[in-house]
Amino acid sequence: MSGTDNFEAVVKERRTEAVAEFHEDKTLIRRFQNALHAAPSLVPLIVLLVSVLLFAGLVGSRFFSAGTLTLILQQVQLVGIVAAAQTLVILTAGIDLSVGAIAVLSSVIMGQFAFRYGIPVPLSILCGLGAGTILGMINGWLVAVMKLPPFIVTLGTWQIILATNFLYSANETIRAQDIEANAPALQFFAQTFKIGADENGRGGATFTYGVIFMILLIAVLSYALRSTAWGRHVYATGDDPDAAQLSGVNVRATLISVYALSGLICAFAGWALIGRIGSVSPTSGAELNIQSITAVVIGGISLFGGRGSIWGALFGALIVGVFSLGLRLLGVDPQWTFFFIGLLIIVAVAVDQWIRKVAA
Amino acid sequence: MLTETQSPVQDPTMAGQQPLLLGRGLTKRYGKVVALDNCDFDLYPGEILAVIGDNGAGKSTLIKAVSGAVIPDEGDVFLDGQKVSFRSPTEARQAGIETVYQTLAMSPALSIADNMFMGRELRRPGVMGEWLRMLDRPRMEKFAREKLTELGLMTIQNINQSVETLSGGQRQGVAVARAAAFGSKVIILDEPTAALGVKESRRVLELILDVKSRGIPIILISHNMPHVFEVADRIHVHRLGRRLCVIRPQNHTMSDAVAYMTGARVPDTEFETA
Ligand SMILES: Nc1ncnc2c1ncn2[C@@H]1O[C@H](COP(=O)(O)OP(=O)(O)OP(=O)(O)O)[C@@H](O)[C@H]1O
Ligand SMILES: [Mg+2]
Repeated sequence: MSGTDNFEAVVKERRTEAVAEFHEDKTLIRRFQNALHAAPSLVPLIVLLVSVLLFAGLVGSRFFSAGTLTLILQQVQLVGIVAAAQTLVILTAGIDLSVGAIAVLSSVIMGQFAFRYGIPVPLSILCGLGAGTILGMINGWLVAVMKLPPFIVTLGTWQIILATNFLYSANETIRAQDIEANAPALQFFAQTFKIGADENGRGGATFTYGVIFMILLIAVLSYALRSTAWGRHVYATGDDPDAAQLSGVNVRATLISVYALSGLICAFAGWALIGRIGSVSPTSGAELNIQSITAVVIGGISLFGGRGSIWGALFGALIVGVFSLGLRLLGVDPQWTFFFIGLLIIVAVAVDQWIRKVAA
Repeated sequence: MLTETQSPVQDPTMAGQQPLLLGRGLTKRYGKVVALDNCDFDLYPGEILAVIGDNGAGKSTLIKAVSGAVIPDEGDVFLDGQKVSFRSPTEARQAGIETVYQTLAMSPALSIADNMFMGRELRRPGVMGEWLRMLDRPRMEKFAREKLTELGLMTIQNINQSVETLSGGQRQGVAVARAAAFGSKVIILDEPTAALGVKESRRVLELILDVKSRGIPIILISHNMPHVFEVADRIHVHRLGRRLCVIRPQNHTMSDAVAYMTGARVPDTEFETA
């Protein structure tokens, strides 16, 4: 080699100290920002606790009772389950607009298979769950293999599935009394048990199996996302799919598994939907799309993918539940609920942007 | 200008030796852009092969084609004399080829340890790992910490911080450590010191020599001529999507190399003796 000044010789000798020390930023705001960066479901948890206390103050002890609080859980169980599915998809930087449609069609399949064809109820339920999974897989295939944008794919399948649902069911509702008499398993998720009620069965906390399912589901998914390789791959795929692919993630398989699992969870939501309304109705569940996306966004899960905790989605659903019930108990116009939820959405997205700045 | 590269010409100056990694007639087109144009490539056991060339010459595309990240439209790749056709980077990694891509290929929101083990995570022993598929975080973190300390690029307590909170150079350090830790046959480094400071570059060069002393050959893409001339055994000059010539640093000056790669001068032979 020729003609280079030997400036690098200096560092050859002097290199005992650690290179690239990290120093903590000490200001309070910075620390808070870093804490949120590490635990993104902290914000919705704080908002949830504050809003419970707020309504407890406004409504009085009536609100802070075990009965009211578990009633909120019952009211959000469907949204909570669907939001879990939505979270998985949004973590991969996608969106699933077909969640509500998959839930309804699955519930219709469970009901019609049992009542129209006389298939044993457990088998009908399995068919419904299988149908949801297959529909999810179709979404996943279109996104991962055909490389179509998730928004467009699920916008399309949403319409197709919903239309299929009406055509197949001939717009026919299966009445609650018939289900109760002939296929009570379809209403399984509506069964309740009470904790801390008096001898006459009043007061105390009332849990439905649907609520228990929702909490277990989120706990299991939280474990899978955090502590298994699959979960890491879901985050990596949402974060930067090209980098994930280069560093050894099977992005295609990860995406398909996520959409298929989302479909399965939505089918479970369809089963819980039967429990919630008692009957099998092809017109039910229409709001689940928007409600699930709302819960996910308020829960601090980034729509750009790769960031957020699934517990945030549960907290997001609960915040909406607390506001709806709290404002109802206060006797104000229910439109205020939407007003505040809208505000929360915008605040949540602003906070997400702010947290991302840690990386700058 | 040169000998016909259509036929599988081997470097006659490496007499007797079989290339460990070999590419023949590699072609890759992106629409109308021909990124690789019937390109040949040889890497011999235990050597450091530098690849130099202008921006857009096709260096990154070349190493992607031999590491499974890009599937060439035409041409064959041989590893240890066996024809291989990697359909993904994972397959190349399983064959022992580890690559630091120019883009680094890291997931910004995930931790250093998560990134180092992406796609080859360790699971807990026993029921937790077998049935619950639980990751062995302590073991992965310990390993990651050791590798980064070896490279002297990190302080130790921060193995769980997300990669996006690292500086560009620190990220590059993590990517290099990842490749050095797992590569068993070939290690490919696409501009591994581009974002590094003087001191950190030094470390990476030392690491490269260290890897070589373990008998593992290295492909080093770099625009830094002093570095290339310091560590390389042979220099593959890439121009307009193909190999122009392979030179030996002791026979040429840096200005010669730059003249060849920019087309200012034409080399006398495609290969040359030591
Ligand atoms: N994914 C792609 N899509 C389209 N064109 C591409 C793609 N990747 C590379 N190219 C083109 O192929 C050519 C070679 O690119 P390549 O990245 O291999 O160059 P390089 O030699 O690595 O350059 P640099 O020194 O700047 O890294 C360029 O003209 C580039 O525009
Ligand atoms: Mg390049």
